[in-house]
Amino acid sequence: MILNVQELGFLYRNHDVLHDIAFEVNHGEIVAILGPNGVGKTTLLKCLNRILKAKKGHIYLDGSEIQTLETLEIARRAGYVPQRVETGRLTAFDAVLLGRRPHIGWDVSDRDLRIVDAIFSRLSMDNLRLSYIDEMSGGELQKIAIARALVQEPRILLLDEPTSSLDLKNQVDILTTIVGIVREHGIAAVMTMHDLNQALRYADRFIFLKDGYIHFHGSYDAVTPEIIEDVYGLPVMMGMVGGVRCIVPGLSPSEA
Amino acid sequence: MHVADGKIPADYLGYVRIKYLWIVFGIILLFFLFIISISVGAVSIPPYDVLMTLFGQNVNHKYDAIIWNIRLPQALTAIVAGIGLSVAGVAMQSILRNPLGSPFTLGISNAGAFGAAVSVIIFGTGKIQSTIADPITINNPYITTISAFIFCMIATVVILMISRIRGASPEIMVLTGVALSSLFTAGTMFLQYFASDTQLAAVVFWTFGDVSRASWSELALMSVLVTLACIYFLFNRWNYNAIDAGNETAKGLGVNVERVRLFGMTISAMVTAVLVAFLGVIGFVGLVCPHMVRRIIGDDQRYLIPGSCVMGGVLLLASDTVARLIVAPYVLPVAVLTAFMGAPVFIYLIIRGYKR
Repeated sequence: MILNVQELGFLYRNHDVLHDIAFEVNHGEIVAILGPNGVGKTTLLKCLNRILKAKKGHIYLDGSEIQTLETLEIARRAGYVPQRVETGRLTAFDAVLLGRRPHIGWDVSDRDLRIVDAIFSRLSMDNLRLSYIDEMSGGELQKIAIARALVQEPRILLLDEPTSSLDLKNQVDILTTIVGIVREHGIAAVMTMHDLNQALRYADRFIFLKDGYIHFHGSYDAVTPEIIEDVYGLPVMMGMVGGVRCIVPGLSPSEA
Repeated sequence: MHVADGKIPADYLGYVRIKYLWIVFGIILLFFLFIISISVGAVSIPPYDVLMTLFGQNVNHKYDAIIWNIRLPQALTAIVAGIGLSVAGVAMQSILRNPLGSPFTLGISNAGAFGAAVSVIIFGTGKIQSTIADPITINNPYITTISAFIFCMIATVVILMISRIRGASPEIMVLTGVALSSLFTAGTMFLQYFASDTQLAAVVFWTFGDVSRASWSELALMSVLVTLACIYFLFNRWNYNAIDAGNETAKGLGVNVERVRLFGMTISAMVTAVLVAFLGVIGFVGLVCPHMVRRIIGDDQRYLIPGSCVMGGVLLLASDTVARLIVAPYVLPVAVLTAFMGAPVFIYLIIRGYKR
């Protein structure tokens, strides 16, 4: 088990945001956190690597309680990809090299450069190495952010809506890459997502949040239209297209 | 992602080499400027004689006196102050995540000017002498300096306390700085309104930044502080790069963003306070030098911090040299020249855009 969350609670300005959150994430597994806007998905994700401090409960990251870990040690175990990727006048290589920060002493080593070079090849971005990130497209920037998290050599990736600002092709491209890396290296990933169809296609388990609680936690087969309607307050239809489960929002079975 | 698969990319190493070459070029330029700066003035000294004198050869007694007592401390002060203001500016721009970040954004310089005004007007440390060569002097410069320093530090402590209460976010720091800046400017104007002509002249004289004011001992103190600050900022260059990539990214990379911000701001403010207290208000260098360097070698703090140090030294030394020559035998305030010389270059760099 890479991540074990027990009775997690979070308060923001004396307002309860998350209550009694408990789940586990295992090696090679992708978990999607789902739910409507403002329900606390991003807050939960940020608690997992102590960007935000949980007010209650325990989080065990690779066997250690995160409250007892140094921030750099947390960064060596968990790679975080924020929703919004900020740019500056940096080359893609330098922007990814920044991901070695938790491992760097005074200066970069040959090993750091080799790891960054390897990730550029793995993500098929060799031609972007010396491109400036402030001239890149949203899809390329997202890949840079993921590459930066991967060179941290993490046991788990925490991704905050990794496809929110991408076109269809880039969404598929990014999610396929994440799944490939997670399976290949036996690491894990936790992603907050809005697109239920993409979540159903790429994640192994699903956590639906409602009013700050876990409303449902289960696998692909256990997700039903009723659960989704309960969480989002909207009727949905589920069907199979090309062997893949799809959700049509706003359409009840009687209307179909 | 296997380490063995990766290689050290030659194209990237070549790219890094160019960055370092720019910095080395800046250091060579600074050295030549340093010799020229000592060489020119009311008494012109051949550059070769300057070099020989600096290497301890006794070329000419008159040259010895001019170089060791006047021009060398002045040139070194210009370099040290330029480095200090510029490195404080580059750190603040990163800490505040604001391109307008500089020692002045936080009102520290205005606090120093207010401190000088309090000293001159309330404690009566300013007076005018009726000689042409030295028409205005500060009666007790140490009290004025100490007063300026105290008010610089008061401004710093207020910003730090508010940051502690409300969180060390860039917005809180900048807004507090703007408020303090206005407050101290208003305070200075209030004091000036009730000041006599001689006191008013002394305050205005003090606020004109001047690198010739510093003695060897003051230069030594400034040098030690600026060197320590540069080492601190260089040590934190990866943290500043991470903060530039966004707060959340930085925290995800294990950077204690609030602590890096508070420490960086405290050290920047200390450097500014000491420089303002000894030399008066020298604007523009801290704001513009980092931007000039950004446009030449990019935003990576690994090159930006040393590059800004070199550029700060070059700009202030060049400005001080021209200030002594442009309307000789009169000497213009160096702060006027930093803007006169830096602004056109800066505008050119903005128009040209980033170097590829």
